[in-house]
Amino acid sequence: MNDILDMGRYGAFVWPCFALAAIVLAWNVVAARRLHAAARQQALRRAAARAAS
Amino acid sequence: MEPTGIFRAAWLAYRRDLLLAFRHWGQVAQPLIFFGIVATLFPLALGPQLAELREIAGGTLWVAALLASLLGVELLFRADHTDGTLEQLLISGQPLALLVLAKGLAHWTVCGLPLVLLAPLVAAGLGAPPAANGTVMLSLALGTGILSALGAIGSALTLGLRRGSLLLGLLVLPLAMPALIFGARAIDLAIHGDGARGPLLLLSAMLVLSVTLAPPAAAAALRISAE
Amino acid sequence: MNWTWFHKLASPPHAYRIAARLVPWFAWPAGALIVAGLYGGLVLAPADYQQGDAFRIVYVHAPSAWLSMFVYATMAVAAAIGLVWRIKLAHAVAAASAPVGASFTFLALATGAIWGKPMWGTWWVWDARLTSELILLFLYAGVMALRASIDDRDRADRAAAVLAVVGVVNLPIIHYSVYWWNTLHQPATLTKFGKPSMSGDMLWPLLLMLLGFTLYYGAVLLIRLRAEILKRERDAAWLTTELAR
Repeated sequence: MNDILDMGRYGAFVWPCFALAAIVLAWNVVAARRLHAAARQQALRRAAARAAS
Repeated sequence: MEPTGIFRAAWLAYRRDLLLAFRHWGQVAQPLIFFGIVATLFPLALGPQLAELREIAGGTLWVAALLASLLGVELLFRADHTDGTLEQLLISGQPLALLVLAKGLAHWTVCGLPLVLLAPLVAAGLGAPPAANGTVMLSLALGTGILSALGAIGSALTLGLRRGSLLLGLLVLPLAMPALIFGARAIDLAIHGDGARGPLLLLSAMLVLSVTLAPPAAAAALRISAE
Repeated sequence: MNWTWFHKLASPPHAYRIAARLVPWFAWPAGALIVAGLYGGLVLAPADYQQGDAFRIVYVHAPSAWLSMFVYATMAVAAAIGLVWRIKLAHAVAAASAPVGASFTFLALATGAIWGKPMWGTWWVWDARLTSELILLFLYAGVMALRASIDDRDRADRAAAVLAVVGVVNLPIIHYSVYWWNTLHQPATLTKFGKPSMSGDMLWPLLLMLLGFTLYYGAVLLIRLRAEILKRERDAAWLTTELAR
């Protein structure tokens, strides 16, 4: 396990790269779903307002 | 009355822009002065040694020309947009791309050409030998042409937008980077006494490409912006 | 041949529903491929003879660089379709793609720079590929800034579309120019640590990652597309019935 963490002395470079990649991959999914949820909320609110008027 | 032929229409557009520019000297001189100012910034920032300045003269001239052209390119459509001439051009029935080409050529005559003529003076200030002047002028002539073409697309896209000038720079400068690479290289080669034919030929190819493709793109952008 | 299924894709309500059903078909395979690729790349693959274990950064760097360009191409194609055939959904695809592509361009730059530190000794080098990626990031920024600056959605879509198409035409010119510029000025030592020469057991995890990332983009695009459709069709009649489901 230590070998993998160490990455032959390059650990300090390799792991931040994979961490960054994980962050970007996660961010894209989270942002996309949040956008969709927000848009859905907005659309529902507008539909309700139209139905009420 | 006969409808105006397309070449006559283009000539009229060219002539009109030229006349308008001559009536507003101040507006036309601003990019030129800006060119001089930016070029002066470099010796002030880096030190007065001509030997050092000579090494970066090609890049300095080109960056200054790039920024000055960016400033000047707004003149292309803004006035026409404000006073309604642009709409007239759009509904005139004349091929818009040809009119854009004519306006672009007028713009280059008024903004690009003076810059090219001023360049040897600025180049001398940066330590370039007189022998390089031919290449300096040719490189910048081709370069300002490319910038007028790219700038036409950019200013057509950002017509009437708030902070449009900042956005214009953001859009046009990345597209101009290839020209910058070869244009500055050409001047550097000439300063060191080598032949600059390779980069100059590539620059010419880029000019032909931009002059051919930019007018239709700018015309499309104008239709989008003016609706 | 019945082309109705194709024409229906341009209809927002239809696309909205189909996108929902397609997401799992992209997301699950993407996840599996990425996990498998990571295991293959981090654990199974042998260390590179020149770069040691540092070469493993390629397993995130190369897929992000690939995606940065693939997404731009997709965005430009969608933009062109929107301009020529006036299909609103195509503009929605372009709008949805831009931030995703930009984020992967950023990732390619960051991982490239971090990889450069042990290999070249500095945090940044004006390497041809890195410089090209940087200019690509500027192109993305331009498209996104332009779209954001125009209030009228139609005009914003079409202006950004023109810019995207102009950008894609320039991309080969930019790549070639930067490559030439770099080979001209590059000191000889930098060429040693280019792409590692890949043996088979180093290559297959990379291919898995490339495919995984691409499918991942598909999934994210579909989700963002649904959000875009909701935004654009806010007041449409079909929306009320659809959301009630």
